[in-house]
Amino acid sequence: MAQLKPGARLRSAACTTEVIVVKAPPRDVEVSCGGARMLGSDEDRPGAVAPVDAAGEPTLLGKRYTNAEEDIELLCTKAGDGSLAVDGEALELKDAKPLPSSD
Amino acid sequence: MNVMMLLEMAASGFGDRVCVQNGPEKLTYSELLGAAGTAAQRLRESGAERIAILDVNSLAVPIGLFAGAWAGVPFVPLNYRLTGSELDRLIERISPCYLVVEPERVGELSGRPDTTVVSRDEFVSDSRSGADTAGDWPMEGDDIAVLLFTSGTTGDPKAAVLRHKHLVSYIFGSVEFGSADESDAALVSVPPYHVAGIASILSCAYAARRVVQLPAFSPETWIDVARSEQVTNAMVVPTMLVRIIDAIENMGGADLSRLRALSYGGARMPLTVIERAMELLPDAGFTNAYGLTETSSTITVLTPDDHRVAAASDDWGVRRRLSSVGQALPSVTIEIRDDAGNVLGPGERGEIFVRGEQISGEYLGHGALLDDAGWFRTRDGGWLDADGYLFIDGRTDDVIVRGGENISPGEIEEVILGDDAVADCAVVGVPDEQWGEAIVAVVVLHDGRSLTGEEVQKLVKEKLRSNRMPQQVEFAAELPYNETGKLLRRKVRADLLAGAVSEH
Repeated sequence: MAQLKPGARLRSAACTTEVIVVKAPPRDVEVSCGGARMLGSDEDRPGAVAPVDAAGEPTLLGKRYTNAEEDIELLCTKAGDGSLAVDGEALELKDAKPLPSSD
Repeated sequence: MNVMMLLEMAASGFGDRVCVQNGPEKLTYSELLGAAGTAAQRLRESGAERIAILDVNSLAVPIGLFAGAWAGVPFVPLNYRLTGSELDRLIERISPCYLVVEPERVGELSGRPDTTVVSRDEFVSDSRSGADTAGDWPMEGDDIAVLLFTSGTTGDPKAAVLRHKHLVSYIFGSVEFGSADESDAALVSVPPYHVAGIASILSCAYAARRVVQLPAFSPETWIDVARSEQVTNAMVVPTMLVRIIDAIENMGGADLSRLRALSYGGARMPLTVIERAMELLPDAGFTNAYGLTETSSTITVLTPDDHRVAAASDDWGVRRRLSSVGQALPSVTIEIRDDAGNVLGPGERGEIFVRGEQISGEYLGHGALLDDAGWFRTRDGGWLDADGYLFIDGRTDDVIVRGGENISPGEIEEVILGDDAVADCAVVGVPDEQWGEAIVAVVVLHDGRSLTGEEVQKLVKEKLRSNRMPQQVEFAAELPYNETGKLLRRKVRADLLAGAVSEH
C-alpha cells in the first residue's frame, strides 16, 4: 500500500500493461493488474509471474480507467491482457469528454 | 514523463498511419519514431546540449522535437526571420547546440564554435535512413522539453521554459488518445517557433491526426492545400483568418465543406471577422482558444456549440460570449484578482491568474514565476461571466490610467468594433498634462464605409461611460501586427506621438 502521485508510472507484473497515474486519491491504495500488484518504475519484475485472471477485460491503449468515487484515474500507455483494480475493486473504462481540437 | 511517450503510444496504436506530410513527403508514426531515434543518436554523438531549428514548417520540426526529447536535450525552434547580430546572440545563448537550418543558410551560419550546423534536407534524409529505436529516453518530467524565445520588443528576448511534465499534462488534459479518424487531416500554418506550432505536433500525434504542414502562409495556398488535402481541422491566428475570408469572398466562394473544425487564437479576434467567417464557412465548427507560451498553449476554449448558441441568441449576455475565449479546460482553474490580490466575482474586471499541471510560468534564468499555491499571473486583464466564460481585456501593461482610474482598452475596443462600419480598432493611452493619460482610438473602416470621430465618441459614451470616451479619434488604413497576429500597441502609440497616423 502506498500513496500514488500524478505522473507516476506503474507496470503489470502479470502482463504487458503499463499505466500512468493521472489522478491520485489522498490515501494509500494498492493498484493491481491481472490479479497481481502493479510495480513502480523502480521495482524489478519478480521471477514468477502470476497468471492473468481470464475473466477480466484487457486494458486498452490510451484509455482512462477510474473507480466508482472517481478519485483515481489511470491512463494506459501500453496495452495488456490483465484488467486494472484498486484495493480489489475493478476499475471502469472512463467515458471520454471530448474537447474540440484547439491547436 | 517525456513527450516521447505520446509518440510511442501513437506508433504502437497507429504505426502505419501518416503522421505528418509536407507536399509529397510523408512520415508515418512508425517512421517518425525511427527517424527521431536515429536523430537522437546523432545528437548524443555531437555532444550538443540543445537542438535548435531555424526553418519554416518542415519534416525536420517533428523529427527535431522528438529527437531532442529522446536524447534528453531541449528543442529550440528559432524565428526564421531573425538575421545578423540578433540571431548571433541567441545562438550563443543556446550553445553548444546542434543547429538544423534551411539549406540556403548553411554557409551563412557555419563556422561557429560549439555549433554543429546541418542542412534541413540532410537532417531529414539522414534521420530517415535509419530506424534506431533502441535507446531509452529519460523519464524525468522536470527536464526541459522546449525553449521558446519570446518576441520581446525591448531588450534581449526571454526564453520561456516548457518542461516535459507541462506538455504531457497539457496533452493528457485536453486530447483523447487516437480520437481522430483515419481520414482526418490538420493544416498547420503557424510557425514552429510559436507555442501553437509545437502544441499542434503533440496534440495531433496523440489524437493520431495527420498533420499537413504549410511552410509559408498565403491565403490562396492555404485554401488550395485545404481543398487538395481534404483538410478537416485547422488552426489560424486572427490575421490569417481575415486574409482567408477576404480571399474566399474575392474568389466568389470556395468549397471547404470538408473543413469541420477551425480554431483560432493567439491574439484578439474582432467579432465582425468571426461572424463573417461563420457565414462563409457554415459547415465548420469554430473554436476560440486562449493560452500563452508559459501555459503550454491552450487554457480556455470557446467550443463550436458555444459559437452557435451565442450567434443565435437574442440575449446580449449570451451573444457577447462570441467575443469571449470560452471556459477553462477541466484541468485548469482561473481566478480574477484585483491589484491587492483579492479574488473578484463574476463581471468584475481584474487580472487573470491561472493554475494547472500544464502551467510553466517560467523563463530561463528567472525560475518559475508561480506563487506557493501554484498560481501564475498572466499579466492579462479580464473578467469572467456568471457561467465562467472568460473575456480578455488585453495586457495589464496596456491599461490606460486616466485621472487615477484604470481603463481597459479592450472594453472600449469591443464597443467600437461593434459598429459594422469598423474593420479594426486600437485604443491606447497617450501622455496628457491634465489627466496623466488621454484615451485615443485608432479606427480602420471597411472600404466604402464612413464614420466620423464624433460618432465613435458618441458610441462609446452611450454604451459605456463618458470617462471611457476617447478624447481623440484617428483613422488609419491598417493597424500594425506582428507575424503571429499580435497587435503592436507600442507602435500604435509611437506612430500617434510621431504624428504618423493621419487625421481623416
